[in-house]
Amino acid sequence: MDMKSLYLLVPLAPLAGAMIAGLFCRIIPRWVAHTATIAGVAIAFFASFLIFKDVMAGNTYNGPVYQWLTSGDYRFEVGFLIDQLTVTMMLVVTSVSLMVHIYTIGYMKEDPGYNRFFSYISLFTFSMLILVMSNNFMQLFFGWEAVGLVSYLLIGFWYTRPTAIFANMKAFLVNRVGDFGFILGIGLVLAHFGTLDYAAVFAKAPSLADVTISLFADREWATVSLMSITCILLFIGAMGKSAQVPLHVWLPDSMEGPTPISALIHAATMVTAGIFMVARMSPLFELSDAALTFVIVIGSITALFMGFLGIIQNDIKRVVAYSTLSQLGYMTVALGASAYSVAIFHLMTHAFFKALLFLGAGSVIIGMHHDQDIRNMGGLRKYMPITWITSLIGSLALIGTPFFAGFYSKDSIIEAVALSTIPGAGFAYFAVLAGVFVTAFYSFRMYFLVFHGEERFGKAHDAHGHDAHEGDHDDEEVAHDHHHGLAPGQKPHETPWVVTLPLVLLAIPSVIIGFIGIEPMLFGDYFKGVIHINAEAHPAMSELAHHFHGAVAMATHALTTAPFWLALSGVALSWFFYLKRPDIPAAIKARVEPIYTLLENKYYFDKFNEVVFAGGARLLGRGLWKGGDVGLIDGIVVNGSVRLVNWLASMIRFFQSGHIYHYAFTMIIGVFVLLTLWVSRV
Amino acid sequence: MTLAEMQFVIPDLRPASAELFMLAMACGILLVDLFVKDKKRTLTFVLTQLALLGAAVITFMTSTGEIAYTFSNMYVDDLLGDLLKLLTYLTVIVVLFYSRGYVLDRPQMAKGEYYTLTLFATLGMMVMISANHFLTVYLGLELLSLSLYALVALNRDSVQATEAAMKYFVLGALASGLLLYGMSMIYGATGTLEITAVAERLYQGQANKSILVFGLVFLVAGIAFKLGVVPFHMWIPDVYHGAPTAITLLIASAPKLAAFAIVMRMLVNGLVVLAADWQMMLIILSVLSMAIGNLAAIAQTNLKRMLAYSAISHMGFMLLGLVTGVIGGDARFALNAYSSSMFYVITYVLTSAGTFGMILLLARAGFESDLLDDFKGLNKRSPWFAAMMMMMMFSMAGVPFFVGFFAKFSVLQAVVAAGYLWLAIAAVIFSLIGAFYYLRVVKLMYFDQPNDPSPIHAPFDVKLLMSANGLAVALLGIFPQALMSICAVALLRSL
Repeated sequence: MDMKSLYLLVPLAPLAGAMIAGLFCRIIPRWVAHTATIAGVAIAFFASFLIFKDVMAGNTYNGPVYQWLTSGDYRFEVGFLIDQLTVTMMLVVTSVSLMVHIYTIGYMKEDPGYNRFFSYISLFTFSMLILVMSNNFMQLFFGWEAVGLVSYLLIGFWYTRPTAIFANMKAFLVNRVGDFGFILGIGLVLAHFGTLDYAAVFAKAPSLADVTISLFADREWATVSLMSITCILLFIGAMGKSAQVPLHVWLPDSMEGPTPISALIHAATMVTAGIFMVARMSPLFELSDAALTFVIVIGSITALFMGFLGIIQNDIKRVVAYSTLSQLGYMTVALGASAYSVAIFHLMTHAFFKALLFLGAGSVIIGMHHDQDIRNMGGLRKYMPITWITSLIGSLALIGTPFFAGFYSKDSIIEAVALSTIPGAGFAYFAVLAGVFVTAFYSFRMYFLVFHGEERFGKAHDAHGHDAHEGDHDDEEVAHDHHHGLAPGQKPHETPWVVTLPLVLLAIPSVIIGFIGIEPMLFGDYFKGVIHINAEAHPAMSELAHHFHGAVAMATHALTTAPFWLALSGVALSWFFYLKRPDIPAAIKARVEPIYTLLENKYYFDKFNEVVFAGGARLLGRGLWKGGDVGLIDGIVVNGSVRLVNWLASMIRFFQSGHIYHYAFTMIIGVFVLLTLWVSRV
Repeated sequence: MTLAEMQFVIPDLRPASAELFMLAMACGILLVDLFVKDKKRTLTFVLTQLALLGAAVITFMTSTGEIAYTFSNMYVDDLLGDLLKLLTYLTVIVVLFYSRGYVLDRPQMAKGEYYTLTLFATLGMMVMISANHFLTVYLGLELLSLSLYALVALNRDSVQATEAAMKYFVLGALASGLLLYGMSMIYGATGTLEITAVAERLYQGQANKSILVFGLVFLVAGIAFKLGVVPFHMWIPDVYHGAPTAITLLIASAPKLAAFAIVMRMLVNGLVVLAADWQMMLIILSVLSMAIGNLAAIAQTNLKRMLAYSAISHMGFMLLGLVTGVIGGDARFALNAYSSSMFYVITYVLTSAGTFGMILLLARAGFESDLLDDFKGLNKRSPWFAAMMMMMMFSMAGVPFFVGFFAKFSVLQAVVAAGYLWLAIAAVIFSLIGAFYYLRVVKLMYFDQPNDPSPIHAPFDVKLLMSANGLAVALLGIFPQALMSICAVALLRSL
């Protein structure tokens, strides 16, 4: 098969699966839906693997497959750019997606929306592949919006739950803010580069590096660098999709969706689209230090402060969600430090171990009969051994234990930040270092509370699993009741093989992928010609290469460095707090009530948004509704024109009197008027 | 003078053979009908249809595509005439089928006169279509009008119908007077009544402009009456409403084709030199028609009356194509503009026939079914007919992908190409207002409860024709190109 049709096969196979499962979801049996979608994704995975081998052999591709439309000088095409970066993303997306598909068979077993769910996740895989394989901004934006749409659909998958509807609306609106920036950025690219094709834009970028534009009516004071404003606008899009402060608020709430998609979309793939996009745009970002500073500062704030929030969460999925936010912050920091390859590397390792952690959490949730509160767990390792081992591996990878996948990528980020000279790097270094301790602490807090210690399940509990702020949890009409938990005396049980198999399969890369990946991806020429770094201005990566002496040496050397000891002390402290002396956290909580309240309220971001943006929008909406719609449109335009038409119609009816002499008179008047108009002119 | 010196030349009868056949048949049927005992007049009905069919065959067979004059240039046979005549026969055939049940239910109407008068009206239209002389136009027009006056009054026990006939007759006589007066002025200015000769004299610039324009105003008034455009429209609502629906159907369909033909013959062929003047007059009439037609239709509760106002607005819209033919002495866009008008009028006749046909279909003995309320819940009584009616209404409203949309679209294209942007915008706004009352019918059919839930029975032939009519409205909307090019070719070969 020639490569071009293989490229096409990769996105189209999951699309075909999605269409089979989606369009016929009411008539086909469940096994058809999952077989069709899993087959589609498996085909995409194997095709991606073949493409990977082909790319390794040096065959990259950049070209159109379909011309959509031309408008003036602009051409809009569907095309593929297949290189090392693309193929890495394709492998990550298809492999995690495949695991999630298999896992879903077990997780959604009792759900009435089974076929619909499979259709959505396959549609997601299609959209994400379109996004990463694109060779132009247009298609990128299509994929960008399509993954956003599927994310919206899946967060609100249980659409009878008010909390889910709230969460998907929130995700949708917050992403609109990001996408607004993104499309403005794309608009600037189209306006100043005259094309949306990556290769053409990148080729032209250096010549436009010093161009300035005015943001406001050609005024002097509003002049900014074109490259900076374009990059910052594009990055605002990434902030929405990759949940960076302050557009992060939707991600914790997105946990309202079923766990498999939390793993697939809200941890492993979609949220990393922003990271991927910035790495893809490295030739543009490299031209603007201002944009890179913006990126690194946003990233470090996210990395550290979102980690803090993980400490006080009691919902198992929310702990993992905040950990995702924090790790996305790490990737963003790496982008800001011009260590794009490190960001992609962390993206890849994170995809595996975070999907593992999420699916592990999902497995625990099944075992606990859909009780998600870690305070009701404890001692689960006896009952769910496979889940326990794989979750431990995931947690070790996450906190950066030497030799595990997360170690290589995270340590490289910290090193790269230390070597970066970009403004803001100092603060970023502090944030990522402190983040190591925080990550270790909350990860193992969750791990200890779930798998070790006293068995707290099976007791009558009135504190329900979910986060308290949504309120309404007892909607009986939800066919699949997610909140009953274990009955008194009932024991948790290990989950079926369709659930544990993906855990095992994801645990393997979570251990080894860092070790085998670091040398070629970061210091080899894997990303040569794909990621562009201005080594003179941003020397972090090249210096990092000097310090690198092999994966084993890096791991043994790490034992003497600060991150390792910080992580270790984080683990030790959580062991002490939550296993040894469970009374201490309560005591601390009582002492530092204000800080606790601040964290409890997530730094008041949600409150602020609700009052200022949502409230403001409602106020504006009401104003437009009362003034514009009811007053102007309904009152004057609609009702007014109705009155006018009625009046005119009644006038015409008056003249249509039925009297023949009126009619004749009208005709004579008509002739008379025409005569007057014309004969007087001649 | 000897016999040999009498240069009596037998005129070439070939171009007029269809008319001669029609005349013979009409007279023949008049006689045959005297001996028909059958209350249903089935024989007369069949013979009438055969006469129309025969005329169609003759018109088709004798059509050469060339322009042929006869009767000392008073009469012309060309592709435009042949096409319009064929469409006229077709329309009248369909009209007779639609009306059959309605007529049988009303003993006053089920007489031979209905058929023979219809044939004479058709003959009148044929003469109008083929006229190359002002008097021939007048002859055809009077033949048509007189037949129609009688047809409107056919149900002579109905006060409403006789009143309508009276109004139609008096106003029609007035309009004929205006038209004749206009013709006499033109004759005074040019010294001829032959249309092609008038055009020649005008080219040579020998005519007195004031007399010409004076005559033109009267001529336009006469034509406007026939088309039913404001302010010569007053008869339309009363006649449409008062006449039996079968007659309304006849008045509302085929004569529009003949009216279009005399506009083309007299104004475009004969007085093209005065185009700037009559175009401006027609613009005024057109805008007034669209405004008053659409606004007044909204206030109607009677469907026939509503369709009467809709007819006024449609004729106004059709005029838009005629007013954009010659711009500043430049006739480059003329073919486009005139063929868009022709397309418009043909598709209007098609849709209008279907709409009135639907009223006829719902009517029974003693029940006219001409109120808007009678269409309530039609979907529950007959989903198929409701769908057909919906297509007619969508087409009249100009909803995309029905033929009415393309008709409006091509006319607007001609208007914009001629540079009358404001006119196009006004036309669109009035069409939008018009969409309201068409869509109201759709709303009544689909969302309201029927007053009388009994299902609808219709004879097979009517069902078939109605379906064909509805599907034609839909299909011509998707493939308008064939008819569009036929119009263009006919005009190109005839002007």
